[in-house]
Amino acid sequence: MKQLFILLQKEFIQIKRDPFISKLIIMFPILVMLVMPWVTTMDIRNVCVTIVDKDNSSLSRRMTSDIKASEYFTLTPSASSYNEAKAMLEDLKTDIILCIPENFERNLTNSTPEKINISANAVNATKGSLGSQYLVQTIMSSISKQNQEKGLSTPLELVTIKNYYNETLNYKYLMIPALMIILLIVICGFLSAVNIVIEKENGTIEQINVSPINRFTFILAKLIPFWIIGLFVISIAMLITWLVYGLAPVGSIGYIYLASILFILVFSGFGVTIANKSDNIQQTMFVMFFFLLTFMLLSGLLTPISSMPKWAQYATIILPPRYFIDIMRGVYLKGSGFMDLWYNFLALGIFAVAFNLLAAKTYKKQG
Amino acid sequence: MNAIEIENISKQFGKVKALDDVCLEVKEGECFGLIGPDGAGKTTLFRILTTLLSPDNGKASVNGFDVKRDYLEIRKCVGYMPGRFSLYQDLSVEENLEFFAALFNTKIKDSYSLIEPIYKQIEPFKTRRAGKLSGGMKQKLALCCALIHYPKVLFLDEPTTGVDAVSRSEFWDMLAGLKAKRITILVSTPYMDEASRCERIALCNEGKILTTNTPKNIVDGYNDELYAISADNMFELLSLSRKVKGVKECYPFGESHHLVVEKDFDKEYFANELNQIKNLQIKKASPSIEDMFIKLMKR
Repeated sequence: MKQLFILLQKEFIQIKRDPFISKLIIMFPILVMLVMPWVTTMDIRNVCVTIVDKDNSSLSRRMTSDIKASEYFTLTPSASSYNEAKAMLEDLKTDIILCIPENFERNLTNSTPEKINISANAVNATKGSLGSQYLVQTIMSSISKQNQEKGLSTPLELVTIKNYYNETLNYKYLMIPALMIILLIVICGFLSAVNIVIEKENGTIEQINVSPINRFTFILAKLIPFWIIGLFVISIAMLITWLVYGLAPVGSIGYIYLASILFILVFSGFGVTIANKSDNIQQTMFVMFFFLLTFMLLSGLLTPISSMPKWAQYATIILPPRYFIDIMRGVYLKGSGFMDLWYNFLALGIFAVAFNLLAAKTYKKQG
Repeated sequence: MNAIEIENISKQFGKVKALDDVCLEVKEGECFGLIGPDGAGKTTLFRILTTLLSPDNGKASVNGFDVKRDYLEIRKCVGYMPGRFSLYQDLSVEENLEFFAALFNTKIKDSYSLIEPIYKQIEPFKTRRAGKLSGGMKQKLALCCALIHYPKVLFLDEPTTGVDAVSRSEFWDMLAGLKAKRITILVSTPYMDEASRCERIALCNEGKILTTNTPKNIVDGYNDELYAISADNMFELLSLSRKVKGVKECYPFGESHHLVVEKDFDKEYFANELNQIKNLQIKKASPSIEDMFIKLMKR
């Protein structure tokens, strides 16, 4: 016990004296939580629309003003022909062309009109398809409003939508739990790995290895500081989320802490295992980056697992962040309780035990 | 009882034989030197004896404990100072000492009498970070840390490499002081001139022990005639002398070249053969450990 205390004391002195790490631990979560939720958004805004209005009727003018009023769209100067608008699309001066055919309003009432044409730049597939959909919705509502005013029969609104758990479809609320997880992976995984490899590079681990100290004690002393730092980081992140974005967990904060503790255990153990198997910082960093990318893209942090191909969905079973993100989003947005999430806790618990055993096992005092 | 016993130890890294059937015995309380160039296998031997590395073949024991079976016991009773400075650079002198004392479950004051003469010299800087110390002071701190648990056997791997001449000499004085406390010391060095500070030495090269004896006996065992030669153009002198009849060997040795000769060597004849070289001087030279090393290495 006394040896563990002495080792811990040494770790904390080193972290405190490291001019970079000590600042990183505080600045990193603050910066990530303040900046990233604003930029990691899939909400489509400011889509440039060019209108080719050949109809020039009250309906087409209503459409134009409705589009102008929408927060999703920015109107460019209108074009006189489709070809002119197409040239603008090619020059990236506009994203979507709305082409209203001649006599559209008149034909709408007495016969079948020529169809309205929407052409979108779909290099960014999300922007193209979502932008077109928004545009269709805007046009449809323009038409039905006009018909209503004229007392014409209008197709009844058959569908109403209510978005549970995130009523305003605020994309930040989806991203914030994911960002918290990435923070923990970087702080607990990377830092604990680098911390051990530095001892290898400086040769100080040799002095530890020739001493009678127990290897489990040594590894435990390496892990504990990052458990504490991890909890500190997640607390800062939650505080900022509440203060800046007004998002507090609907469910119990205790579940978030329980999941965080398990997840921190998983990743500190994981980092130490990688460090034990590598000889220098470059190796450690490359391996960690590989896993960071895998975890970010494949565990449902950024994109839903259910839209991945079947084989990838099966692969996510072995990725710990997948279970953590379910807990985080569940507790934060839905207020899920332990009974809804128990299997996620169980999975994280199993990973935690496995990786920490692996961390202690792979550290050998003898080469 | 011997403090260190090594029987037929071999260790191979890939195709390189780092240690090839090495046998060695170091008596208790002895200051034993391993002398050899880089790549001789000195560090590998140290790592095996300090239980950091497992040998492929052979048996070794330290203080009566087998390096494979009783490695935990060995870790309690040996001090190891690796060739590279490997203390915590961001901890202060005092913190390093306290840390290593705690690792071995002791306190500084328990072994203070042992480290005092060395620690006294770095005590004025005890709050300074280890990384900010000069080379000589780092080495003293490393020695203090290796001694903090009053080890029975002390392993010093090239302790004087990269240290200035005065500090080197001081360091050997410190080792002499430790010997008085009955600590067995195994020290390696690539500097042949330091060999005379050990009680017994082993000359080693390419994983093999060439010879083991006291420094004096090794020098006395040198039975060739030896001359020191010098001239204005040392390079030309070297290549020309090697061609003269009766010359076994000629190699650079400090400011002069050493000339190893056959029994029938004639000094006049040699001078005559090299008459185109200006300022040729030939003196009888007394052999040193380095001459013996070169002789054994060529054999």
